[in-house]
Amino acid sequence: MAAAKTERLMNLLIMLLVQRGYVSRERIRELLYKDSSDDAFERMFERDKEELRSLGVPIETGGHDPLFEDEAGYRVSPDQFALPPIELTADEAAVIGLATKVWEHARLAEATTEAVRKLTAAGVDVDVAALDLVEPRLAAEEPSFDVFLEAVQERTAVRFDYRTSGGPDVSSRHVQPWGVVRFSGRWYVVGYDVDRADQRVFRLSRVVDDARKVGEPGSYQVPEGIDVRAIAKATLRPERAQEPAVLLVRGGAGHTLRRRAERVEPLAEGERRPDGGHWERLHLLSPPSDLADEILSHGTDVYVEEPAALRRTVIERLQGVS
Amino acid sequence: MSTPTSSARPGPATATGAKEQVARLLTLVPYLHARGGVRLDEAARDLGVSERQLVKDLRVLFLCGLPGGYPDDLIDVDLDALVDPEGDRVIRVANADYLARPLRLSQTEATAIIVALRALRGGALTEQAAEVVDRALGKLEHAAADAAAPIEVPLEPDEREYAARKALLQRGVTEQRQLRLSYFVPTRDEESERIVDPRGVVSYRGVEYLDAYCHSAEAPRLFRLDRIRAATLLETPVVSAPEAPRSLAEGLFAPGEHLLTVTLRLEPTARWVTEYYPTQDAHQMADGSLQVDLQVADLRWLRRLLLRLAPYASVIAPAEVADDLRDAASAALRLYDQDA
Repeated sequence: MAAAKTERLMNLLIMLLVQRGYVSRERIRELLYKDSSDDAFERMFERDKEELRSLGVPIETGGHDPLFEDEAGYRVSPDQFALPPIELTADEAAVIGLATKVWEHARLAEATTEAVRKLTAAGVDVDVAALDLVEPRLAAEEPSFDVFLEAVQERTAVRFDYRTSGGPDVSSRHVQPWGVVRFSGRWYVVGYDVDRADQRVFRLSRVVDDARKVGEPGSYQVPEGIDVRAIAKATLRPERAQEPAVLLVRGGAGHTLRRRAERVEPLAEGERRPDGGHWERLHLLSPPSDLADEILSHGTDVYVEEPAALRRTVIERLQGVS
Repeated sequence: MSTPTSSARPGPATATGAKEQVARLLTLVPYLHARGGVRLDEAARDLGVSERQLVKDLRVLFLCGLPGGYPDDLIDVDLDALVDPEGDRVIRVANADYLARPLRLSQTEATAIIVALRALRGGALTEQAAEVVDRALGKLEHAAADAAAPIEVPLEPDEREYAARKALLQRGVTEQRQLRLSYFVPTRDEESERIVDPRGVVSYRGVEYLDAYCHSAEAPRLFRLDRIRAATLLETPVVSAPEAPRSLAEGLFAPGEHLLTVTLRLEPTARWVTEYYPTQDAHQMADGSLQVDLQVADLRWLRRLLLRLAPYASVIAPAEVADDLRDAASAALRLYDQDA
């Protein structure tokens, strides 16, 4: 059965591809669906067209031939059908070979392999050669990833429930996705939040249950000049003012702070110390809020000298533990 | 390293339906056209199909062609060369010039390969490598005619460093060579040097670990990749008995390891904890805080975490942990006594 159907699909494709103009339904039926009843022909022809289109075959409709009143005709333009000519040098082909190893996501890994097979078919000899690059791996374990991937391709809006922070509070969202961005190992979608009438960035791991596409494909436009990567970065890692800080750190401790320090110096003879131990002075630049967290985690190993506001924050937060 | 299969569906290379067979034929014909005759085994390997399936596909192709049905209209496949025991098993196809070019990339194929190339672009270590990837990317983007979806995968500098280190560790695993690691242990706030025999890189809940026999500890150990500060691949081969990397399916803690369940109340500022550490039994409290259980193997680690969160996380149970946190906070506060 499958072989007969393959044959019919191939012959339909070839027929539409080699004809100069549009081919009428009547002619298609006469040549390929001769033994079918009217109903069976309609059903089979519709399904066959759909299957070819789903493979990416661009079947065009049109061309009202005066000889066949009201009869739509069909054709496949060879230029629209075929992969544009592509020639790759040996090193470029090696890069393509590495691309097949990047995705750790079943559907996209297979799609990459399929793309490479088409390039191979076009005459490219893909070879894996050593190149001076690390090979990143892209995994996408978030269950909603596929839905957002399809949505940005089709420009279809998505509805989903979203956790605003670690807690169980969930809000319902209606978003027109502009793009998907991977940032520091996590996936985000950038888009227009219809209910809030503003652009927003959502972390896919916080999407609860199933995200669903709503409405028709192509139902919105991505605004001109949108840079989803810049929006994600500005939201997720805003530029924060760095402030100088001076800390005393116990000898042999505070490695994470030492690594960031601009300068480490010993205390002068007879200088006042927080307690009797061995201490060193660190000078560093940091956004103050992050620094307080890190200093607190070091307990009795770090003492804040400056700025006064940071010292006050640390003292107050310690006093808050009761 | 397992491959997530969020949407495993058989691709054209393996599936048996008519649609998939058409997809294979539309790749097979241009492949042969570009190369002339190709040996059956070679074509099967290049296209990722079994030889048996390839012959089946060619038998169907033999029946396809131009409308009209005259013998000259059909695609010519030299089946004798493939099925005859005397045949040379070389595939020869003629009379199919109209299928000389492969079908253009589908939107998903274009997206998949272009995003993969963008990721590789971020992994380029030299200007030359970046330039090669850019050239390939430019040609692919042209061939895909902008069909790729807007998916961006910028690699931050720390990620690139991480990927480079992971590649080095994996080389150690493959080549069975020892590694020297400089490793940071946050619970002890110390950095240590050790020689290890690498067994493999394994992952648990999105965090990657090197499983290795550690010569300092004289025991197998897991090293979190993001805490390895430096790694050197040594010339010396591994000396411990070879062993496959352990499976982390059951979690990070060895069976029987003593775990303490700690109940915490997290104010909104401290809620991020639930996204970084496995917590259970989350309850939303009337005052907006969240009560969760956290499994802890190392109390020093917990003390540092709770101090970092001070005073936005409090310990509900057990009482010893609550006391320990209070003592640690008081001790830190005493450093500032002379200020008062």
